[in-house]
Amino acid sequence: MSKNTSAPQSLRSPLGRARGLGSSRSGVSHWWVQRLTAMGMLPLVLYCLISFILIADADLDTARAWIGQPFNSVAMILLLAVGFYHASLGLQVVIEDYISTKTRRILTLAFTKMIMTAFAVMSIYSILLIALADGV
Amino acid sequence: MTQKRPLSPHLMIYRPQLTSMMSITHRLSGVALASGSIFLVWWLVALAYGGDYYQMVQGIAEHILGRLVLLGFFIAVSYHMANGIRHLFWDFGIGLSLDGVYRGGYIVIGFTALSALAGIAILFLA
Ligand code: HEM
Repeated sequence: MSKNTSAPQSLRSPLGRARGLGSSRSGVSHWWVQRLTAMGMLPLVLYCLISFILIADADLDTARAWIGQPFNSVAMILLLAVGFYHASLGLQVVIEDYISTKTRRILTLAFTKMIMTAFAVMSIYSILLIALADGV
Repeated sequence: MTQKRPLSPHLMIYRPQLTSMMSITHRLSGVALASGSIFLVWWLVALAYGGDYYQMVQGIAEHILGRLVLLGFFIAVSYHMANGIRHLFWDFGIGLSLDGVYRGGYIVIGFTALSALAGIAILFLA
């Protein structure tokens, strides 16, 4: 510690100070899960989209009957859970790219994740209500 | 915090290229889908509620403005899904040549155009 340096002295090791500061705090896992959710969504999006088109102008009972079928309920719940997770990860990257002020970035991230979580819970809960109310 | 670092290239001085435009459109479509999903949530909640409330929401969806939003959502899904597959191919190292990047790009644009036509037919002509 006799080196002539203007940096504040610290008891933490250089490694300890560097940890968690790099460009990839949890980047690899984030990147990988974004891909996994994208692949998982493919069949779900196709199935639900085509089904929606087929029942496009359905009345209340037809739409509820479709969602109430176990296979469809499960497909929808999976799509919503995986989709909102994927969207949450995706929006995180966008926010991290464009909001450089740390406080604003953290607040925006927290707000976005809350909204995505709320959307997921609201929509999945609605499907459960329909599926359980109308019986199997 | 304000260090005199060299600035990254100014995007605006470049001629728009298919590749860069498709890249930013992927981001735009992703954000649009995430925002537009509020309507899907709303519709599902209304479906669970049933009764007059569902009629009201269904009425909004069938209104011309509602159908325009649905068309936009449908086009965004088509593009984001097709281009997402293009992304996934790249992640497996496939189609990364200049030729491949353009070929994939044309396929995605063609697919999106076809979906747009189908969407218009379903939403406005049926
Ligand atoms: C089968 C359907 C989908 C596929 C194959 C897919 C694929 C992808 C891929 C590969 C990425 C990463 C792109 C990159 O690294 O630049 C991505 C990003 C993203 N996705 Fe999706 N996605 C799908 C559906 C959705 C849905 C339904 C939403 C919204 C509810 C969504 C929202 C986003 C967002 C916000 C991003 C971040 C965009 C960015 O970083 O530029 N995606 N998607």
